[in-house]
Amino acid sequence: MKIDPNKCVACGNCTYVCPVGAIYIDPATRRATVNSKECVECYACYNGLSQEHLNPTFVRTLRKVFQMLRLRFDPEPDVCPTAAFAPDELVWPRTVRRAFSDPRVPHESTGVHGRGTEEVKTNDVSGRVKQGEVGFTIEFGRPGVGVWFRDLQTMCWALAKAGVTFEKRNPVTSLMSDMATGTIREDIMNEKVLSAIIEIKVPVERAEEIIRLVWDVEKQIDTVVALGVGARCDADGEDHVVAPMLEKLGYHPERAKTNIGLGRVTQAEAKITVSA
Amino acid sequence: MTNTLHRFGPSQSFADDYIVFAMCARGKNDGDALPKLRQFLEMAVPFKPVNLGDAIHGGALRPSRAMNPLAHWNRDSTADFRAVIDGMDALTTVAAVFDNRVAAEDFVKAVKEADLGLSINISTSVDGAEQCCFAAGIPRHSVGYSLGFEGKTEKLPNADVLLLSTMCGHGMVSHSLAKKMIDWVKEGRRTPEQAAACLTRFCSCGVFNPARAARILQQAARGESPA
Repeated sequence: MKIDPNKCVACGNCTYVCPVGAIYIDPATRRATVNSKECVECYACYNGLSQEHLNPTFVRTLRKVFQMLRLRFDPEPDVCPTAAFAPDELVWPRTVRRAFSDPRVPHESTGVHGRGTEEVKTNDVSGRVKQGEVGFTIEFGRPGVGVWFRDLQTMCWALAKAGVTFEKRNPVTSLMSDMATGTIREDIMNEKVLSAIIEIKVPVERAEEIIRLVWDVEKQIDTVVALGVGARCDADGEDHVVAPMLEKLGYHPERAKTNIGLGRVTQAEAKITVSA
Repeated sequence: MTNTLHRFGPSQSFADDYIVFAMCARGKNDGDALPKLRQFLEMAVPFKPVNLGDAIHGGALRPSRAMNPLAHWNRDSTADFRAVIDGMDALTTVAAVFDNRVAAEDFVKAVKEADLGLSINISTSVDGAEQCCFAAGIPRHSVGYSLGFEGKTEKLPNADVLLLSTMCGHGMVSHSLAKKMIDWVKEGRRTPEQAAACLTRFCSCGVFNPARAARILQQAARGESPA
């Protein structure tokens, strides 16, 4: 992302809206500037700020007058008064940043918008996680910290070494050069994204081992981790297996996504047509 | 997309936060899903949602690409549900957000009767979703639990900020802006509702809950513990 210095009036509104704090007012130029090393190309600034199309010279003059008189204009905080943001033409490997950070861009690997995962949200149709199995979503970088692929690599290697199988239809998996070893392609190691999710599925007997492994590895990684655990309920809609295991490990889940089982397969053949 | 799973807060803080969303699965039931997804959104309106959205175009409150400068004095923060429904033109996840359990329960009952064949999920507290299912006479199919945040949690802001910023799981609502809005409500520069509307516009899929946000902003500004 770029900010046009000819348009920017240094109002500072954008410095607050950047999820990773990559926008600042450069004291030398007195213009908002993007730290491109930290910018994850999420487009929150470009898409989230409303835009006015005011004359920059007029706005700068007005701001100087207010400043001299020690007056504070109290404009809306989510507006770029001069529409100064200009998206860069992204090229590989930087395109990875946007794919993993801008929720409006679908992941090519899965066609799913957002983080590109389906977890147990369509489990009633896909049957991805069955009784006796546990589906894990191990998310890195959320909320508002971000993650480098080199950190993600550490976790992928550890999981692969433990013999787990990565979900094939997952954006992180699609960037692996070797799924068996969990090796992610080398050319994206120095790319930072807002968040990335590893998806795996294991028999319920191995769930505790995986959680303990995550506990060990997350200490070596310089970001936050959000664990999601998916389970198939029994015929009565109860989960007597995974919830007690989580309690035993000290977790008391406050929140969940609950698939209520109203979905059904309507297409005879698994023909990939459009993203979900 | 785990955009609603990891909302921060204890279960009681989700008493005014019920998200019901619908999606189809590639190659399984997406062939005729578009009108059904639109029907889902249309059906939600009578139950008075506080937000409605699709994951491509956004929610019922959106930023403007050409804002009138006079809007600084008279900004319209009315949720435009019709724009969400009419603007849906591609397959994606659609969501309706409610600020009370009764509305969510009644909507789930209506969705069950409509028999859309789409995957329907409820994102709220574990107990809240169970109660919705019980009221609708539906056994839960699958559950995705949030185990919260781990690792370098020292990089995270305080609880008040997290309660707000994690309402956009895609991370489009920054911690800094959430903190700024708490401060502005504290200073009396914005009402909780105005500050909540500002945050809502950044959510790119319409799952941000402005009613819960306004409550949290008000409580945080007073120095009460919103959780």
